[in-house]
Amino acid sequence: MSHVSAAPTLYGLMAEFETPTELVHAAKAAYAEGYRDMDAYSPFPIEEASEAIGFHKSAVPLIVLLGGIMGGLSGFGLQYWINVIAYPLNIGGKPYDSWPAFIVPTFEMTILFAGLSGMFGMFALNGLPQPYHPVFHVDKFSAVTRDKFFLCVEATDPKFDPVGTQQFMERLKPLSISEVPH
Amino acid sequence: MAGVDEKNVALLDEPPVLAPGQTFDSVTDTITDIVLKRPIGLGWLAGLAVGMGLLAILGMAVTYLFLRGVGIWGIEVPVAWGFAIINFVWWIGIGHAGTLISAILLLFKQTWRNSINRFAEAMTLFAVACAGMFPLLHMGRPWLGYWMFPYPNSMGVWPQFRSPLVWDVFAVSTYATISAVFWFVGLVPDFATMREQATNRWARMVYGMLSLGWRGSARHWTRYEALYILLAGISTPLVLSVHTVVSFDFAIAIVPGWHTTIFPPYFVAGAIYSGFAMVLVLAIPIRKYYGLEGMITMRHLQNSAKIMLATGLIVGYGYFFETFIALYSGSTYERFMIHNRWFGPYAWAYWSLILLNILIPQILWWPKIRSSTTWLFGISLVVLVGMWLERFVIIVTSLHRDYLPSSWGHYVPTRWDWATYMGTIGLFTAAIFIFIRIAPAISIFEIRMLLPQAEVKE
Repeated sequence: MSHVSAAPTLYGLMAEFETPTELVHAAKAAYAEGYRDMDAYSPFPIEEASEAIGFHKSAVPLIVLLGGIMGGLSGFGLQYWINVIAYPLNIGGKPYDSWPAFIVPTFEMTILFAGLSGMFGMFALNGLPQPYHPVFHVDKFSAVTRDKFFLCVEATDPKFDPVGTQQFMERLKPLSISEVPH
Repeated sequence: MAGVDEKNVALLDEPPVLAPGQTFDSVTDTITDIVLKRPIGLGWLAGLAVGMGLLAILGMAVTYLFLRGVGIWGIEVPVAWGFAIINFVWWIGIGHAGTLISAILLLFKQTWRNSINRFAEAMTLFAVACAGMFPLLHMGRPWLGYWMFPYPNSMGVWPQFRSPLVWDVFAVSTYATISAVFWFVGLVPDFATMREQATNRWARMVYGMLSLGWRGSARHWTRYEALYILLAGISTPLVLSVHTVVSFDFAIAIVPGWHTTIFPPYFVAGAIYSGFAMVLVLAIPIRKYYGLEGMITMRHLQNSAKIMLATGLIVGYGYFFETFIALYSGSTYERFMIHNRWFGPYAWAYWSLILLNILIPQILWWPKIRSSTTWLFGISLVVLVGMWLERFVIIVTSLHRDYLPSSWGHYVPTRWDWATYMGTIGLFTAAIFIFIRIAPAISIFEIRMLLPQAEVKE
């Protein structure tokens, strides 16, 4: 019965692995078992791990593209408005709309907006900064920034069952299994 | 620093990117211990003291400049640019190698870059900071520097976008911002490692905040990697554009010796040339002092030397074509410009430039030289001086005698010019020394990716 009373406050179950290969195999097995609300944690990017948990596409490239387009248009628009409409100056008889001369700042503004929206977009999609997260309750988890690999199946998953999921995880032969409290 | 190392010569074909036998643990400890565990050494203190001492001189020089104006420098018509612009171009060029390493080599999947990209990016940031000061100080009224940016103001005036000097403002400020973004994004996962490694409560809090609560989630890594590669993709044209725009400051003007189409590529090559020289000047002592030879191996030093050799040849091609076109053009003024460089009052600068920038670095063709840290360090210093002289020659010899002999002049830098220049070297040195002790100088998570253990087996 202790499992049932613990369930509402449980964030999930976390298994610890020694190598990236074990993590990827475990994540694939969990996906095949039908688990969807889960995440893999590792000290460096492992493309196969995010494929295995079923996360394929990120919106970051689209945000960078939109940011770049916005930067380019506002960069060119700003110069056109300033040099043609707001404050036309005759410089060496050149046309007010000297568009070739506007290309350089337009390009720089494109890069600036693309880069900044990419950074803020990536952090926003990741929900960072987020100083508190349940996974940090697990003491062993600090090794995720060092040399250990973790798979956490979350309690919100419809298939999640404190006993059944634990038994499933034991079959993956992890170094350890921990309950992640909220 | 050893002389020509026999062992290295034997391994010349392919020294490893990482010394064998390392684990996730050992790379993490080696890199974080420099910041978290290692006691403050006398060598580090001495280096910081030199940097801080020169920085104090910068403070003095700038204070006096604010009191008296740019008249304390050697500039006057016709040479109104002088040291300020020479040093600006020199510093910003040095920064370029950092972006080349972090962005272009990433796109080309040159994984050896993972050992040196972090401190090369830091080098970029500090070099751009030094560079940015000069146009500002050169303004005469630096407190009005924000007039360069387009903003609605009560005077009703706006910048004039047909001038390359305004392009420069956009290029350099974008470059500084995107370099900082690239650097910080790269540091976030490593700050998380520092957070967990630190034992001191304050250090944990500070690194914890800087890490933004990074927890290594696979979803996060996927978005992170997508952004990282895109930042590399946009930084690549950016870095090429920055020195191109800097060269436009000259090439758009009609002064003989400036008004030439070869400037953009030859400026970019020169920038990377001096930048890699600075990378070697920093990497060779750092790896020795902190025992990082297992991560910054001879492979890195040799590759940097090869890039220097290649970019140095492009620069040499630039000098050759400058001369050839001057003669081939049949223009009196262009011919006079070259004659004046070769035999005029600044001939010493031109011939030193050829010696330091073109002739001496040719010894890098010898594999033995490329395997000796002492030689590489020495040649890098030679190239840094040579590239500074290049900017001196371009700016001073072209300006001091242009079309009208009645407007000719002579330029002599004053001690305040030197004090400001040396002061920025102090700023750069102090910043590098402090950086090494507060942030991981090598990218930890990217080094982990290079280990054989990191590979996912089927």
